Amino acid sequence: MLEQADANALLLIAPTGGGKTLAGFMPSLAELADGMHEGLHTLYVSPLKALATDIRRNLTAPVTEMGLPIRIEDRSGDTTYTQKRRQRADPPHILLTTPESLALMLSYEDAPRIFAGLKRVIVDEIHALAESKRGDQLMLGLSRLQALVPELRRVGLSATVEDPSAIARFLARHPDPCQILYADPGPAPDIAMLETGIAPPWAGGGGRYAIPAVLDQVKRHKTTLIFHNTRAQAELFFHDLWLQNDEALPIGIHHGSLSREQRAKTEEAMVNGSLRAIVCTGSLDLGIDWGDVDLVIQVGAPKNVKRLVQRIGRANHRYNAPSKALLVPANRFEVVECVAALEAVKERDLDGDPRGPGPRDVLCQHILIRAASGPFRAEELYAEVKTVGGYADLSRGAFDRCLDFVATGGYALRAYDQWQRLIERDGLWSLRDPRGTQRIRQNVGTIMDTDLVKVRLKNRRGGTPLGEVEEGFAATLTPGDTFLIGGEIVRYENLREMVVEVTRRPEKPPKIATFMGTKFATSTQLSRRILQMFGQEDWPELPDATRDWLHLQRNKSRLPETDRILVESFPFLGREYTCVYGFAGRNAMQTLGLLMTAQMETAGLHPLGFVSTDYATLIWGLDRLEDPAPLFDGDDLRTAFETWLGANAVMKRTFKQSAVIAGLIDRQTRGQRRSGKQATFSSDILYDTLRRHDPGHLLLDITREEALKGLVDFGRIEELLTRTAGRIDHVVTDRPTPLAAPLFLEAGRVPVEGAGTERLLEDEAARLMEGAGLAITQEDARRWRVPF
Amino acid sequence: MAIERTMNFFEFALQNERLRLLSTGALWWPKAGTLVVSDLHFGKSERVARRSGQMLPPYETRDTLARLDADVLATKPQRVICLGDSFDDDAAREGLGIAEKLWIARMQAGRDWVWITGNHDPALHDLGGRSRPELSVGPLVFRHITTRSPGEISGHYHPKARLVLRGRSVSRPCCLYDGTHAILPAYGTYTGGLDWLNPALRSLMAEDACAILTGQRPCAVPVPQGARA
Repeated sequence: MLEQADANALLLIAPTGGGKTLAGFMPSLAELADGMHEGLHTLYVSPLKALATDIRRNLTAPVTEMGLPIRIEDRSGDTTYTQKRRQRADPPHILLTTPESLALMLSYEDAPRIFAGLKRVIVDEIHALAESKRGDQLMLGLSRLQALVPELRRVGLSATVEDPSAIARFLARHPDPCQILYADPGPAPDIAMLETGIAPPWAGGGGRYAIPAVLDQVKRHKTTLIFHNTRAQAELFFHDLWLQNDEALPIGIHHGSLSREQRAKTEEAMVNGSLRAIVCTGSLDLGIDWGDVDLVIQVGAPKNVKRLVQRIGRANHRYNAPSKALLVPANRFEVVECVAALEAVKERDLDGDPRGPGPRDVLCQHILIRAASGPFRAEELYAEVKTVGGYADLSRGAFDRCLDFVATGGYALRAYDQWQRLIERDGLWSLRDPRGTQRIRQNVGTIMDTDLVKVRLKNRRGGTPLGEVEEGFAATLTPGDTFLIGGEIVRYENLREMVVEVTRRPEKPPKIATFMGTKFATSTQLSRRILQMFGQEDWPELPDATRDWLHLQRNKSRLPETDRILVESFPFLGREYTCVYGFAGRNAMQTLGLLMTAQMETAGLHPLGFVSTDYATLIWGLDRLEDPAPLFDGDDLRTAFETWLGANAVMKRTFKQSAVIAGLIDRQTRGQRRSGKQATFSSDILYDTLRRHDPGHLLLDITREEALKGLVDFGRIEELLTRTAGRIDHVVTDRPTPLAAPLFLEAGRVPVEGAGTERLLEDEAARLMEGAGLAITQEDARRWRVPF
Repeated sequence: MAIERTMNFFEFALQNERLRLLSTGALWWPKAGTLVVSDLHFGKSERVARRSGQMLPPYETRDTLARLDADVLATKPQRVICLGDSFDDDAAREGLGIAEKLWIARMQAGRDWVWITGNHDPALHDLGGRSRPELSVGPLVFRHITTRSPGEISGHYHPKARLVLRGRSVSRPCCLYDGTHAILPAYGTYTGGLDWLNPALRSLMAEDACAILTGQRPCAVPVPQGARA
């Protein structure tokens, strides 16, 4: 590390727990040891506040011991106002912070002075940052820093990734080269499927059947991390685990929906070794080294080999011991996926999707931040932005469109001449109203956590906070409903000032906790491995139950193949079913389901609904599908897609996020929502209005681009169509096939919309009115409709 | 009648007068040939930009006008009553474009047009029609903020109802009514809503009040009683 200390950009790749963070600081400590440097020397950026705090502790101890004249401080949203002011006036030598805090610092007019002496910037867990818009914001921030201090050297610290050169391009100033250092990957992990002696269920994702075997493993190890893919599953598993925890082993729970207090308590118990296991989610993927973890259990299919490897690395942070991990498939299909993942881990074959071009909503925010710090020239800012890998190909026209949006709103109707946000004078752009800086700073950041509402115990003085649930979930609760949070069953009492008030109800069975339904899609690479496994003659590596199931499928129908689409049609209980095996991941299969049912509707097949998993979509309707081939016509699908996309709820959600990031609407803080003082606008209405009156608007473009990358995942449908090139096998049977059968048990059925919602609404209204014994109006005043 | 062929509505009675809430949230009183809309909030985006610098899509005035135009075309009213807060503020009214002003004038032609004043637009103005704090027509009285008097139609609160349908939450602007009076939903495009269970709103209605939800096919549901303040 010290040998490479002079490189302009340097990426260090080391497995979790390799001590790479401290290695990253070595050159800084060496350069600062003589006490000659004044002001900020090294900026450390990590995705987690907790990590910055932790690093400060770990770094301060040796520095103090060695008596080095180095001041180390951290800065985040939790830092006090006075402390932040002092840091701006008199920056420490080493400042540890987050991408959002850095963006804020860059928005101040004195940014050039604060960063004047900066020599190095260290980006920790860069592989995680690179997966989200936080990374794009950070890299735009670094381009600004580099403009202020051209000699700035960049260091990135990354866990094992599939494409180090992509991370290197992400880190370095474009088109500068970036050196990559590889640390010894250490011994291969000791990883296997958990032997339970019980065949997993046909469907579902809980892994509850494995609880006795999991408890047994917890007993045999010092400390176990039990990972789940979703928060709801973690809650359900934790609840059931305690019902069977006869020896009362100390086991805690940790996930992002729990209150900060509760998470801190669990973390503390973990650090002082008083917990034997933690049921957790991705919230423990990153962060502090726990020390004594000697086993990682992954419940549910890993979906993604890279994440699995990074999770496994959480076990045994001692450098030369192999990490130990066990996989628990939650259902029979996941057995296949787990075996495929085990092989991929063995071959160190990691997966990942290439990063697309830098998102333009983040660029819009960057322009605002730049304007807040003082007047700028468009061509200079454009040149800076082009040094960021993700924006290297950004055209001047695209940049100007973003600038125009920030300055004027970018509407076809030039409406805000008087009130525009930025004005240009003598080639310099600046804020029309300098008071606008405050608003810009309040809206800094790309994390969207604003749709959450707090949950707390109901009592007179404002009860204990338990955590947070999605607002959408809270909206579906009626008083008396029970759900799980933090392993407790609680009863929903009421919603007060945007806080869900609950009481404890241990005796009642919980309504399913559907909050935080975010599900990762199985990666393209892992899906391909599964398809390859299906091509085998036999599967000696699989447990008997699964192996027999696959043979039966081959017997009754056929197994899906890599280069072909398998479609099965069969009747069941008076409905006609069609099952499409696309292996394109959950989001894309969901989109495919929507598109195909739209096509079937047009074809008069009366589809009624569908359900999707990572590998298949099951559609049901009134009429049998005779020829599936036309449904996979690429052009038709794309046309259906364009029509469907516009009015879709996914688009509205994506629009809301982009509108907040780009600065069209304000980020809502809890305080503002509670006081109701902040004028808020339904982003759905803004979206509809914009689509009706200004369909070419920049934000609609951005929304489309972001939705395609994210929840809609149309790219993988395209990939599927290209891969299979019209090779479609249609198998017609007289009953559900073995592979399709589990789909009947899947949750998450989607009704085919149309008059659906209106019908439901009318039925419910009639039921409620009747229940209330209300005669709506005089008998002659019935509602009255004439179709036109 | 045109309306019967082109729209869906929900009919209810107040002081024995039969009233129809249209799917847009406008109220049609066939016997008196009167169309009532509340809280148009013309010029909202302009006011927001002026006061906070936020530049919302500047299309809400023409969007609201287009819907109103369609309702006027369908019902061919002799009288249109705008129940107050028609303009987001005086400056927003002054700031209306020529096209919008002409559009309003065109709709006013040949009919009695009444601007009821509201808290956002308390001043009388000269944008065609007549302007007054309240209006009585037969047994009904129209004003911006309710006094809970019999036969009263008011606006101001932007009531919104929320229902849970098989795990889905649906939220719609609604008209609240009990045997005595009715509160209309906001008609303007950028108008948020106040939850029907909010004590400030719930306490204005009788225990057995109903909400008529706007939407393709307006329908009525009882307002939950538990939340009454």
